[in-house]
Amino acid sequence: MRYAETGFNLEIDLSRGNIEKVQTDPRLTELYLGGLGTNAKMLWDRVPPDVEPFSPENLLIFSAGLLCGTPATGCNRTIVSTISPQTLLMAFSMMGGFWAPELKYAGYDKVILRGKSPDLVYLWIHNDKVELRDASHLRGKGAGETAELIRKELKEPQAQVAAIGMAGENRVYFASIEQGRSSASRGGIGAVMGDKGLKAIAVRGTKDVNLARPAEFMELCSEVLKYIKYRNENPIPGVMPILAGLGSPQEMAVHDEKWHTENFMWGNSRLRRKDFWNKDIAQNWAETLDKMRTRLISCYNCPMKCGATISAPGIPTYMMKCFSKLTYTMAAMSDLEFGLRIAQQATEYGVDGFSAPQVMAFGLELHEAGILTDQDMAGLPTGNEEKFYWLLDRIVRREGIGDVLANGTYWAAKQIGKGADAFAHNNIKKHEQLPLKLSMLNPIYFLMYATGEKINITQIEGQFPQAPFVTREEREEFVKDWFQVPDEKFKQYLLDWEPRGEKSMPFYPTVQMCCDIVDWQEKMHYIDDGLGMCAGLSSFPLKPPYHIHNYPKFISAGAGIDMDEARLTQAAKRYRTLVRAINIRRGMRRKDEKPPENHWKKRFPELEKELLDTYYKFKGWNNDGIPTQESLHELGLDYVSEDFVKRGILTEQAGELPQGAPAER
Amino acid sequence: MGEKKKKIIKTIKVDVDKCNGCRACEMICSAFHSVPKYSGNNPARSRIRVIREPLKDIYVPVYAGENAKAECMGRDKYVIDGKEYDECAFCRASCPSRDIFKEPDSGLPLKCDMCESDPTLEKPLCVQWCLVDALTYEEREEEVEEEVKLDDVETGLDSLVAKHGLQKVLDTFARMSQKGVEQPGEK
Repeated sequence: MRYAETGFNLEIDLSRGNIEKVQTDPRLTELYLGGLGTNAKMLWDRVPPDVEPFSPENLLIFSAGLLCGTPATGCNRTIVSTISPQTLLMAFSMMGGFWAPELKYAGYDKVILRGKSPDLVYLWIHNDKVELRDASHLRGKGAGETAELIRKELKEPQAQVAAIGMAGENRVYFASIEQGRSSASRGGIGAVMGDKGLKAIAVRGTKDVNLARPAEFMELCSEVLKYIKYRNENPIPGVMPILAGLGSPQEMAVHDEKWHTENFMWGNSRLRRKDFWNKDIAQNWAETLDKMRTRLISCYNCPMKCGATISAPGIPTYMMKCFSKLTYTMAAMSDLEFGLRIAQQATEYGVDGFSAPQVMAFGLELHEAGILTDQDMAGLPTGNEEKFYWLLDRIVRREGIGDVLANGTYWAAKQIGKGADAFAHNNIKKHEQLPLKLSMLNPIYFLMYATGEKINITQIEGQFPQAPFVTREEREEFVKDWFQVPDEKFKQYLLDWEPRGEKSMPFYPTVQMCCDIVDWQEKMHYIDDGLGMCAGLSSFPLKPPYHIHNYPKFISAGAGIDMDEARLTQAAKRYRTLVRAINIRRGMRRKDEKPPENHWKKRFPELEKELLDTYYKFKGWNNDGIPTQESLHELGLDYVSEDFVKRGILTEQAGELPQGAPAER
Repeated sequence: MGEKKKKIIKTIKVDVDKCNGCRACEMICSAFHSVPKYSGNNPARSRIRVIREPLKDIYVPVYAGENAKAECMGRDKYVIDGKEYDECAFCRASCPSRDIFKEPDSGLPLKCDMCESDPTLEKPLCVQWCLVDALTYEEREEEVEEEVKLDDVETGLDSLVAKHGLQKVLDTFARMSQKGVEQPGEK
């Protein structure tokens, strides 16, 4: 008997319509946990580097995390992995909601899709009954609309549906997979789903998910619930409201618009409007949100209310989460009402709420600069807001200029030429980033931006405060009950961290400290992605209920795997390295690991070089960011090492660590 | 005339406005009632279900009550605050018209037992796990008049007498006791 996991995957060959239920190897769970970890293993084994994103050979894997469907609060994430059409690297976008637990209750840990269906289909999983069904009547339908139609035609109101909209069907490089209040948006995974001819996966399960040592596991769950209650009643003082509590940043609940509109960039990540906010806007926007927000809502088995139902007069109700509240507003230099309205359309079309607004603003900027001509933009309305609706429509249909913009700013700029690439200025690894432009280099963030492979800063930051507290007293207060630290040294780092003077950025935290801090933050995210835990209760917020000290106990009691902090750290490092290995094999190198040039005004090239050099060594990677043979061997990844040597990525000699380098243990 | 007695009434107050739709109540209910306790969970076995239609903003946690052998003839609709609810959304019965409150394997009806256990829990688990306070546990003391009720056997005999006449029932009873009919529990 398997615990926490079901021990079965579904293998679907869309080309032939073949469906198989495959038992999995429990030894892989010990080495790679589940979710992202075992997804990465599968992509390494089965998708060679010459496979294009839109090839039938590319896999699209929907995976529940190892602890999804257990009573662990907030453990509900679906980890979708494939090769991204935008970055050409491994994409592992994820979504909360209800889908992953339902898959577990149906008796499966993963759905692995290969091939391409000749006709548009959807997959219906109902316990042991699994079938591909015709979806031609769903072509062009919105993602939410599709979910409703499928539930109706199956007469299964409790089925959970993950679907693509028109953007996915038309292979827009930033197409999302939508699932009610959640979406897996980054990396264009919706485009891969569309390319495979798969409109949706509906799942309903009525089986048990079992625990290895129930009493122990429930005790851990009770502690977590108690701590969540405590944290909800005791927000962290001295940080902005959306960072003071747990959950995803509480953008739906909190009126934080002032902070974001003054500190994030407007348009195509261009303009900072420090004097934007005033009393009238404050009142007007608060009214808009209060009027349109019907209810704050949650994902499966989680008390945090990070999402909301939004009902704008005259358009269908939809569900929203987090920062997409402001991305359209700010890209279009408009107001909140516009943002909430166009987001409904965008959600139905199924596009990434970070990339899509920037791509549209980028298109308009190119037009203003004369790089895109009136002819290119023939039909463009005159009203500012109408322009965005028009562009969104062209993009998801791939009509006219929309066909170019649908490839994202990086590829569109290449296609357009004429200096357009200067306008695609906010990318890392070919992917649009949060619209942030700041003043002084932050060495911790430099490393996270440069080396993050989930391509989104929110998916690597967390745990360590974003900025130093002003007074020593505040710092002392903060570290008092900071039991989540993996090592006491982190408390000292924070205590000594000053806003200005000798111990301030960019030279403090020191390079070595930055390595420690980034590694800790990244590790927690990778563990979450293996377990299916929401970052909002673990790796993202300060002082979360899940941390390196209680996670091994959850895994031991839940899955019956012998786990301690060292072994868990090693497992997370193993599949983190495997993700890197997949990307290295696809050509990623040090040259790709850099934040946008204009991300900070004050840059320090020598320090940045030292940061990257040291961090690479610390991680067991060589100076080009490639994991060394020695570090691969330590992780039991000799098969990667052999492949690297065979392909000439590493030579026996060059792969060795320089003498005396401090390899991370 | 019956005797006055004090009785503790256990109630759960459901505030549908506070429900966030997370279904933790379903999960923990099914975990508590699994055998051995907490060894597994499966919301389909839960004795509480959240009737949930997010796009209509309908969230109603409802508890399993008595089993109904037949479905209702007419099923009404209720409009509350502009939202249209099926009557079933508030109904506690496991009944042939829907698949909730039935064991998914056997189809047998499920019923909320307020997490009766030894030692007694302070509150039912669904309430403990509902951190958004959509579910709150309340006990209230009520004075009830205990009327003398016919017990089940007497009710049964009454109907037999009504059908067959007292003499026939007496004769049958005498004959059965002479034959030494197997007693329940004696095997």
